[in-house]
Amino acid sequence: MADDAAKSGGLEFHPMDQFNIKDVFGGAEISWYTITNASVWMGLAIVAVVALMVLTTSKRAIVPSRGQSVAELAYGFVYKMVEDVTGKDGLVFFPYIMTLFMFIVCANFLGLIPGSFTPTSHFAVTVVLAMAVFLTVTILGFVKNGAKFLGLFWVASAPLALRPVLAIIEIISYFVRPVSHSIRLAGNVMAGHAVIKVFAGFAAIAVVSPVAILGITAMYALEILVSFIQAYVFTILTCVYLKDALHPSH
Amino acid sequence: MEGELAHIGAGLAAIGSGAAAIGVGNVAGNYLAGALRNPSAAASQTATLFIGIAFAEALGIFSFLVALLLMFAV
Amino acid sequence: MATETHSAAEAAGPGMPQLDFSTWGNQIFWLVLTLIVIYFVLSRIALPRIASVLAERQGTISNDIAAAEDLKAKAQAAEVAYDKALVDARAEAQKIVAETKAGIQADLDAAIEKADAQIAVKAAEGEKVIADIRANALNSVKVVAKDTAKEIVTAMGGKADAKSITAAVTARMKG
Repeated sequence: MADDAAKSGGLEFHPMDQFNIKDVFGGAEISWYTITNASVWMGLAIVAVVALMVLTTSKRAIVPSRGQSVAELAYGFVYKMVEDVTGKDGLVFFPYIMTLFMFIVCANFLGLIPGSFTPTSHFAVTVVLAMAVFLTVTILGFVKNGAKFLGLFWVASAPLALRPVLAIIEIISYFVRPVSHSIRLAGNVMAGHAVIKVFAGFAAIAVVSPVAILGITAMYALEILVSFIQAYVFTILTCVYLKDALHPSH
Repeated sequence: MEGELAHIGAGLAAIGSGAAAIGVGNVAGNYLAGALRNPSAAASQTATLFIGIAFAEALGIFSFLVALLLMFAV
Repeated sequence: MATETHSAAEAAGPGMPQLDFSTWGNQIFWLVLTLIVIYFVLSRIALPRIASVLAERQGTISNDIAAAEDLKAKAQAAEVAYDKALVDARAEAQKIVAETKAGIQADLDAAIEKADAQIAVKAAEGEKVIADIRANALNSVKVVAKDTAKEIVTAMGGKADAKSITAAVTARMKG
């Protein structure tokens, strides 16, 4: 398909090539322990998290430096989100949610560096993240509330005749949660990067290249916004699901 | 032949992105209308706004995914 | 042609790297490792440290606020004292003004009274002089009237006795 376009118009569109997973050392076979570009950029995400959250706060200054106030801002942002949505008893999960948030934010922003690789654009990554949340919420809900957790699907405020129908809908929507949770994040990141690549393909034609470069700039700005908003949305949905597990009163 | 049909299908699936845009616009517009009527309650509802936008947008992303699958995986 | 391109794409590998399940195991392994590392870094080092910094700052801020409240209370006390002094001074000044006014009024009243008395004396003297002059004038009129009446009576050929002329003139002057 891409070859088609290449033959007819001299244009080369390879919007999906940037998501290829390659062995850093050039090996053809990728086994579970191979160091790939994905693992390199995940490692860089760890470095970014450590730099942002640990190195900047090493002075423990009362009057924070710029880096420290960013770290404190991130802390306060997620802390307030968890407290507002799940309540005081949800704060046990604050480090867990903070981990998700910091990983997604760092991976997203590192992925915006030209030529880089974005781990969060892969379903393998986001499905694991979403399934981790889903399993946590389900297990926690049953451990904490027992059979009462099933009340989440039995809408007591609805008329009795409607309740079985609503229960089916609720169960479906409950099991669709991890699907939409993971595809939302990967889809958003992938879409933005692919669109930038398509614009970059158009830049090969001299006449439209200024427009294409303008388009790349605009999409890049949008992607910066999307990177943060998707991390925020992923985190706040995690909080909302956790609230269901902690307080299943519908 | 099959490839061309898949391309047409991908184009049709991309219409879903526009529908999702309408949905997101609805959410944001109604939020703004409510926020202008009662600005003091607006700040407490930004989380709800983002959740609503995320839900509306997820369906657009699904259609985008279908388009991608038709383009590259079928 | 479609099949041709299709096979070309196939040869270059699957279209969507995301759906290449052969790489999933690798990614999941490294992702889990990454998440565990980030979790321990955050929960063991970063988050307790930031929490303690924030708590410390909160403490410092509340201490500073308490100190500021103290200073504010002191300033307010000083202001109250100043206000009181101002009010006192104003009352004192008002008292002095009232006393002075009363003294001046008394002097003035005494002077006016004295002047009134003098004026009354002068007026009484003046009235006495006027009364004397009026009495003299009346007597003169009587004498002239008697003389004139006597002359007229004599000229008419009668003999005027002084007593009746005096009675007639007096009666006329009364009427």
